[in-house]
Amino acid sequence: MKLELGNIFIKDIQFGNESKIEDGVLYVNEEAVKELVLEDEKIKSVSLDIAKPGESVRITPVKDVIEPRVKVEGRGGIFPGIIAKVDTVGSGKTYALKGMAVVTAGKIVGFQEGIIDMSGPGADYTPFSKLNNLVVVCEPVDDVKQHEYEKAVRIAGFKVAVYLGELARELTPDETHVYETYGIMEGKEKFPDLPRVGYVQMLQSQGLLHDTYVYGVDAKRTLSTIISPTEVMDGAIVSGNCVSACDKNPTYVHENNPVVHDLFEQHGKTLNFVCQILTNENVYLADKMRSSDWTAKMCRFLDLDAVIVSQEGFGNPDTDLIMNCKKIEAEGVKTVIITDEYAGRDGKSQSLADADPAADAVVTGGNANQVIVLPKMDKVIGTLDYVNTIAGGNEHSLREDGTIEVEIQAITGATNETGFGYLSAR
Amino acid sequence: MSDFIIITNNPLVKEKYEQEYPVEFQEDSFEETLKRARDRIYAGHRLLTHPLSGSVKPKETPYKSVLVSRKPGKLDMESVELIEQALGACGKFSFHPEKFGPEVFADFQLIDCTLLESALPSATAW
Repeated sequence: MKLELGNIFIKDIQFGNESKIEDGVLYVNEEAVKELVLEDEKIKSVSLDIAKPGESVRITPVKDVIEPRVKVEGRGGIFPGIIAKVDTVGSGKTYALKGMAVVTAGKIVGFQEGIIDMSGPGADYTPFSKLNNLVVVCEPVDDVKQHEYEKAVRIAGFKVAVYLGELARELTPDETHVYETYGIMEGKEKFPDLPRVGYVQMLQSQGLLHDTYVYGVDAKRTLSTIISPTEVMDGAIVSGNCVSACDKNPTYVHENNPVVHDLFEQHGKTLNFVCQILTNENVYLADKMRSSDWTAKMCRFLDLDAVIVSQEGFGNPDTDLIMNCKKIEAEGVKTVIITDEYAGRDGKSQSLADADPAADAVVTGGNANQVIVLPKMDKVIGTLDYVNTIAGGNEHSLREDGTIEVEIQAITGATNETGFGYLSAR
Repeated sequence: MSDFIIITNNPLVKEKYEQEYPVEFQEDSFEETLKRARDRIYAGHRLLTHPLSGSVKPKETPYKSVLVSRKPGKLDMESVELIEQALGACGKFSFHPEKFGPEVFADFQLIDCTLLESALPSATAW
């Protein structure tokens, strides 16, 4: 499967009379976007705001971050099974608006987290502080159930992203990258001497506010499966996960998964990137057994030499991670696992809820319990009502002088387990 | 008769499921609820759902519901390991009930209930 991905750099976002992209500036007609969002009767009101890198702005509580894209050639459309009709995506030509994102914000449950600071020390912990963000803050109608509201905001974000992506359809990209994977035999013939490497991506799938969708299907109702990484670039995987800001994968991370991009970087040079395997993280233990059995079985069927396994979330999914690692290694396939740590504020506690000697190659996204003080910002988009009650906060979090003391788990993307962040070790 | 028992401290789970399934409800803490599950496991019941919640950390929610097998059998070592690891993880987090209003407690109950609900189709599949 071959995809040409054209990047169009957006250096600024402004509100204007007409939605368009001109000389790298995205002009947004506020009314048109609001109308689109308010199509859903569960959303009572919506406000739009623009947050730029370096500004004294805090966005919270963040639900999702989405990169606008448009499919200009080839089958299907962006977010198949959700916005576009179900059709196999991942080939042809797609344009992406780089340097910007649609951020959905607003309260869904009372302990919901997710902070993006556009400047100050908090900005260093979230990759989304470096983007021009169009923030969509939704208010639900009264008495709507949380899951219905979550869905309404989730879909609203995708609709806005697709609307903005469409503006790029007739443009010429600033740069183009080509990504191609091959059939099993074809790849073997093309790269006979290169190790066959796969990417096992674990998707959060535990219920309300913890769900991920593949071509529109709730991942908890799926068996482990194979997908081409270029399909994912067209929005085949989207996030419905609103919990655990630091280590959840917003839709933006799925579209730009760094494991996929780094494997493509080495594809045909040091390794043969065979495919991506998707598996879930369910609550029921027999489901965990079945999914990890299936994943290991596929690694063997595909004659892989090695896989990278990335986790999403913490605690319960640690068990899925270790089951996957153990079973894949038992098939003779080497693994590197990517996780993050809850090692206590002093970093001295055991990092994971599960472990095994087979997990001898581990990459960490950082310690989510690490404490940070975030300075007061001039402007808040969303609301600070919940900062004291979010995971990683406490009753003293929001201080009188407006500063916030929290664990970095409250910051969107801080310890992302695909490596989509800035933490590193020296 | 179902093949499982729901051990919980979540009043919403009790209210919603006690007509349909055996529910062992007690008004106690997250940790105490896990300990009740642990006692069942040492009595030979098998753990059917993971004792740690999705991505809501232990003690960052006051509510916990766990499924264990109804009939006790031979001691299941995997269940023992999982429940002990989960109890170990509790020590890393602290819950501050004073910081939450009543509507947040309702949200916590709902999330715990839906995590349990996501397991029920599998638990009742055979």
